[in-house]
Amino acid sequence: MAKIATREAYGKALAALALRNPDVVALDADLAASTKTNEVKKVAPERHFDFGIAEANMIGAAAGFACNGKIPFASTFAIFASGRAYDQVRNSVGYPHLNVKICATHAGVTVGEDGATHQALEDLALMRVIPGMTVIQPADAIETEAVINAIAEYEGPVYVRLGRAAVEEINTSPDYKFEIGKGVVIHEGTSPVTMIATGVMVQEAQKAIETLNEQGINPNLINIHTIKPIDEELIVRYAEKSDYIVSLEEHSVIGGLGSAVSEVLARKCPRKQLFIGVQDVFGESGKANQLMEKYGLAADRVVEQVLEFLK
Amino acid sequence: MEDLRLVANNMRKNIVKMVHNAKSGHPGGSLSCADILTALYFNVMNIDKNNLNDKKRDKLVMSKGHASPALYAVLAEKGFISEEELMTFRLINSRIQGHPNMKSCPGVDMTTGSLGQGLSVGVGMSLANKLDNNPFRTYVICGDGECDEGMIWEAAMAASHYKLDNLLMILDHNGLQIDGRNEDVMNNAPLGEKFAAFGWNVFGVDGHDIDAVTEACKAAETVKGKPTVIIAETVKGKGVSFMENQAGWHGKAPNDEELAIALKDLGGEE
Repeated sequence: MAKIATREAYGKALAALALRNPDVVALDADLAASTKTNEVKKVAPERHFDFGIAEANMIGAAAGFACNGKIPFASTFAIFASGRAYDQVRNSVGYPHLNVKICATHAGVTVGEDGATHQALEDLALMRVIPGMTVIQPADAIETEAVINAIAEYEGPVYVRLGRAAVEEINTSPDYKFEIGKGVVIHEGTSPVTMIATGVMVQEAQKAIETLNEQGINPNLINIHTIKPIDEELIVRYAEKSDYIVSLEEHSVIGGLGSAVSEVLARKCPRKQLFIGVQDVFGESGKANQLMEKYGLAADRVVEQVLEFLK
Repeated sequence: MEDLRLVANNMRKNIVKMVHNAKSGHPGGSLSCADILTALYFNVMNIDKNNLNDKKRDKLVMSKGHASPALYAVLAEKGFISEEELMTFRLINSRIQGHPNMKSCPGVDMTTGSLGQGLSVGVGMSLANKLDNNPFRTYVICGDGECDEGMIWEAAMAASHYKLDNLLMILDHNGLQIDGRNEDVMNNAPLGEKFAAFGWNVFGVDGHDIDAVTEACKAAETVKGKPTVIIAETVKGKGVSFMENQAGWHGKAPNDEELAIALKDLGGEE
């Protein structure tokens, strides 16, 4: 099956959306070829605005567009959208709850060679803590298209976390339906273990389960595309039939999906939890697959950690 | 015009009373922009009670959000909020927060407070108006100290790049910021030349002359192909003898005695 990066799917979905909805505008900060908002330039150049290398101004301008009834999709790398422009996102978008869609690409270690300065490992944490901010990370191209269409219909600020690297298609079932805040059961297992993954880690978890199956372990797998508001009902339902929970994210284990899951479990259904993710360190240069391996995110490393956890 | 001076004077009384009542707030930079706001809300902008909720109208972004007492005072003069409500300023459960909140206070067009962000919001509003061939204009009030923020210059660059002649920035040039005189704290002069170098049309005006501010705003409407900034020369604390040109009154509330002197300076209570 063809592998497609979520940023590629984003560009296509946004261009199609812009053609359907005249209120949609695309904003970028000199990365249109990388974030793929240049797809909008091809079909609706008058609604693509480049702000140059000035992310703070771009987010402020996005707030202004939203004030006047537009639906701005503002894109840059996740590190800049969530880090450099944090105050603008918090005070000019989050606090007034404006209808701004921040679609940030190049999140996580799969950025690869650019190294730690460009690998956002804390963006989920930074965005999740802003009141009223919806935070979404699609797992594949199909989900990305669904996310873009859904958030255009939703009124309020949204942060979407997209990746640079090509990922496998997961949500290929004809029954697949995306709904903001509703997790997706990817695999019904038979063991008292539930894996809860987001983004690229859904494919890694799927692969890990194939290996674990050979060893007689058959965990459930849930894709949590919406980190906030999180699907408490689904998480609790699977926790109730599990003794072990494994959270998986291409993000720091502090403040992201693992934290969000444990916040639900601590209140409603306490369980032992393994936090798979980047262990409170910065990334580095390398190929995406090498970094996934080194930082414990690749499927084989997931298997190792799960087996150790279940001992 | 005599009437509008009375409006501005009443705003000044309300500004000092609000800050006194709250025992906190920013009187200096509020008093300096009272005449500018009077000109905008009574002579320049097409905003009234009937079109308040209409997206298709002129809008104002108070980028120097700490001057919220001045904004609330002019909104009260327009009848968008009551004078009684002004006395809830900065108190618990109030609609009129320490810094302006568009979600709680009628007539506040943008939430502000973290300095440097309002001009960028004005850029977005102006681009949206251009896209819609909407003739309405966007007004942004910034402080001179606020121009220390790099984001102001990101926005200035973008406004010029996109030829936003429907955007008007008014710079409340009172020469003071919290830690002292602009030239001592961070010398960002000459501001007019800087904006000109960024491709802006620059007007200079006495920021306490309501007629002159009005005329400059009208003149800006005829300037095509570039944004305009009006450098409004003002006095921080204008109208209150002991606050005028005193950086110490940037963010300090008058006590009972000081309030009495301030109100006397402003012509006394009716």
